[in-house]
Amino acid sequence: MRLFARAADATVIAEAWDSRATWRALENTLTASAGSVVISVVLGTALALALGAFRMRGRVAMTFLALSPLLIPSQIMALAWIELAGMLIPGPNPIYSGTGIALLMGVEHMPLVFIAVRAALKAIPADLVEAARIGGASQGAILRRVILPLCFPACGAGSALAFAAAVGNFGVPALLGIPGRFPMLTTLIYQRLNGFGPSILGQVAVLALLLVALAGAALALRALTLRLAVPVPQGRAFDRPPAPRKVTMAVWAGLVLLMVTPMLALLGTALAPALGVKLSLDTASLSNFAQVAASPTIRRAFVNSLLLSVAAAVISTAIALPFAWLAQVARSRAMRLLDWLADAPFVVPGTVLALAVILTFLPPLPILGVSVYGTPAILLLAYLARFLPLALRPLSAAAASTDPALDEAARIFGAPVRARIARIFAPPVAAPALAGAVLIFMTAFNELTLSALLWSSGNETLGVMIFSLQYEGNSTGAAALSVLSLLLVAGLALVLDRACRGREGVLPWRD
Amino acid sequence: MASIDLTDVTLSFGGTRAVDRVSLSMPSGAFFSLLGPSGCGKTTLLRLIAGLERPETGRIALDGQVVAEGRRFVEPGERDLGMVFQSYALWPHMTVAANVAFGLQMRRIPAKDRVAEALAMVGLSHLADRRPHQLSGGQRQRVALARSLAVRPRLILLDEPLANLDAHLRQSMLAEFRRIHRQSGTTFVFVTHDQNEAMAISDLVAVMDAGRLQQVASPQVLFDRPASAMVARFVGAGRTVPVDVLGSRDGHCDLLLAGHRLTLPGDAPPGPGWLCLHARDLALDPAGIPAEATGQRFENGMHMVHALLADAEVDVPSRGPVPPGPIRIAIAGGWVIPREGAAACHLSVAPAQ
Repeated sequence: MRLFARAADATVIAEAWDSRATWRALENTLTASAGSVVISVVLGTALALALGAFRMRGRVAMTFLALSPLLIPSQIMALAWIELAGMLIPGPNPIYSGTGIALLMGVEHMPLVFIAVRAALKAIPADLVEAARIGGASQGAILRRVILPLCFPACGAGSALAFAAAVGNFGVPALLGIPGRFPMLTTLIYQRLNGFGPSILGQVAVLALLLVALAGAALALRALTLRLAVPVPQGRAFDRPPAPRKVTMAVWAGLVLLMVTPMLALLGTALAPALGVKLSLDTASLSNFAQVAASPTIRRAFVNSLLLSVAAAVISTAIALPFAWLAQVARSRAMRLLDWLADAPFVVPGTVLALAVILTFLPPLPILGVSVYGTPAILLLAYLARFLPLALRPLSAAAASTDPALDEAARIFGAPVRARIARIFAPPVAAPALAGAVLIFMTAFNELTLSALLWSSGNETLGVMIFSLQYEGNSTGAAALSVLSLLLVAGLALVLDRACRGREGVLPWRD
Repeated sequence: MASIDLTDVTLSFGGTRAVDRVSLSMPSGAFFSLLGPSGCGKTTLLRLIAGLERPETGRIALDGQVVAEGRRFVEPGERDLGMVFQSYALWPHMTVAANVAFGLQMRRIPAKDRVAEALAMVGLSHLADRRPHQLSGGQRQRVALARSLAVRPRLILLDEPLANLDAHLRQSMLAEFRRIHRQSGTTFVFVTHDQNEAMAISDLVAVMDAGRLQQVASPQVLFDRPASAMVARFVGAGRTVPVDVLGSRDGHCDLLLAGHRLTLPGDAPPGPGWLCLHARDLALDPAGIPAEATGQRFENGMHMVHALLADAEVDVPSRGPVPPGPIRIAIAGGWVIPREGAAACHLSVAPAQ
């Protein structure tokens, strides 16, 4: 609200409007985001079709790889691709460009399309496919005439989400666009605020509103697509034929190329003894890791991120549980609010959220008389606002599928609300709640977008640390730190995977 | 038009035999019903004929052409048949006309006239440009039927097509099916768990239970001369009363029921037997066999008295209400079958669970 008030000042609007930098950033944001959506749609739809329409071995591993961009923060993904492109292509690195940004954001947001199309595929009832078989349609005709058209709405909705995510992306344009002189709206806000401080908030607010408008338009388009889509009847999922060898090979090749090789390049850089030295078994060294581990600032950032993300995960889940319960008891109204909340992080890009948090908490708190600006508390507040939906979504989904009669039965025995939540509602949804909490931890641990604007000396986070190491030119150090944090996230994912074995639908890659 | 011949067809799902050594011949052009309680394997049998399932053993032939036996398997699209699914399975992204045209396009037949003809046959020409979700349940049903009719298949399979419709709509759709069957001359195979539907519409009915075929006969024969106790109980609210058969001749049996000697139609060797009874066979009669009235219900203007006759439940129609207590029943008809086979069948279903 304050943000809008700031922006409403006419002179400020005019100033920002006239600025060539604003126009350029807007144009860059639009073109790079549009390009990235094309890549997301092609990759996401192809992968979802291959994995959803065929039976193939290694599907869990493939799905995990396809979803891995969700777990790998954009700044680390950008680092990895910088290294990969640097190794493969001699001369100036072509990744520092609009094309590079579009490519990376395309890969990064591919899972949004993948998830949407996969869900649509799973919802196609078997008899629609069987009816086509009886009509004499070949496999190809069934795919073309029945399966693909039924996935179009989901594909459209997924691409709208991908566009909104691209518009709000900060990590990729920060690492590629700032050195490549390709400013986008998010990075322009960051640079302005970094250069001039809170005094420039008004002008920056106009940029923020542009961001919100773009993302909001994309999501309105998504809602429209979903409303116009014809309803698909429910039914048993269709039987998938075994995948031809060619399809399996293509899926593996694509996933390894897009997801695994950049990470290997990152690992290579982390193991290199010094920048530019050729890596081999003899020269590989752990000195970068030692150097990273020795730095007190980095250690502090590590601890900060750990504490912040654990707190965000625990508090989000604690808030989400009663909320989801409300959604179950008072279905329609609370559900709509929840749905709205779950979409909020896409409508309000992280950069904008950070600005709003600054504006709200910059002045001293009413009763305490102290400002949380410049303390870790402001980071925690921003993280909660950002990640609460991650806890809400799986819980409200679980709540929607539970029979409300279970709660009503407890009510008949006179159980108080607390007991109804703790003893009736919580136990069956414990698994999705835990999975949601761990996902929040993994995402928050490497968070950059919010942290970049809200951190202060002594309150550095891991994401900020990696970003500034790379910014200072210490790319081997940045790579080493990235590898360490990825290892932690991957280790957690593995533990979670083991814990949830045999339960379908709790983890996104085990469906 | 096509005849269907099944020989020893078996298919199991996870250890239970959904279809158990079924052999069956359906004559060309017939309206043939597969009737049985839910889970008896009738839908599986239909899906086997369609080619949506492969039999483990046995042979399926359409018009004498083998479509499934051992390695040989003809894909459903090559079998020249139509199917109406329980859920209708209309493609939601296509218009009514596009749904109906699909099968024709796959066969590279010019679609326009045939689509119009099929929609006219089911009386939906005016809805050709609608989408399935804009139609009522009965209209969707007709579109599904039109989609099958358009390709003029030799055989149309209907899987519980009336299960999702209101009771009054069911009656009019039944009449519609009969009309379209006559008009098209195609063989219809109709799966249902509702014996009233099957009896009302079919030339021939096959009764299934626990994957096995119990009896294949015309509705009248099923009602008058059930082959097993299961069929007797499933069709026409029939009851079975245990009797001792003393002897049989000329399609009649002499039997003892609760110490009373009777001669009734039937075919059973001397020994334990079942007397299959319907309400129309029974009447209150002071000179009849003693029984015990336990209650009653009002049905179609008559009082149906629930009575225990030789420890078996029977329903006796009565003009006036009857208080609980001793009554006497006259038996004017019925059908006698041997008990061994029926008893074995009965045992195999009930006690194990």
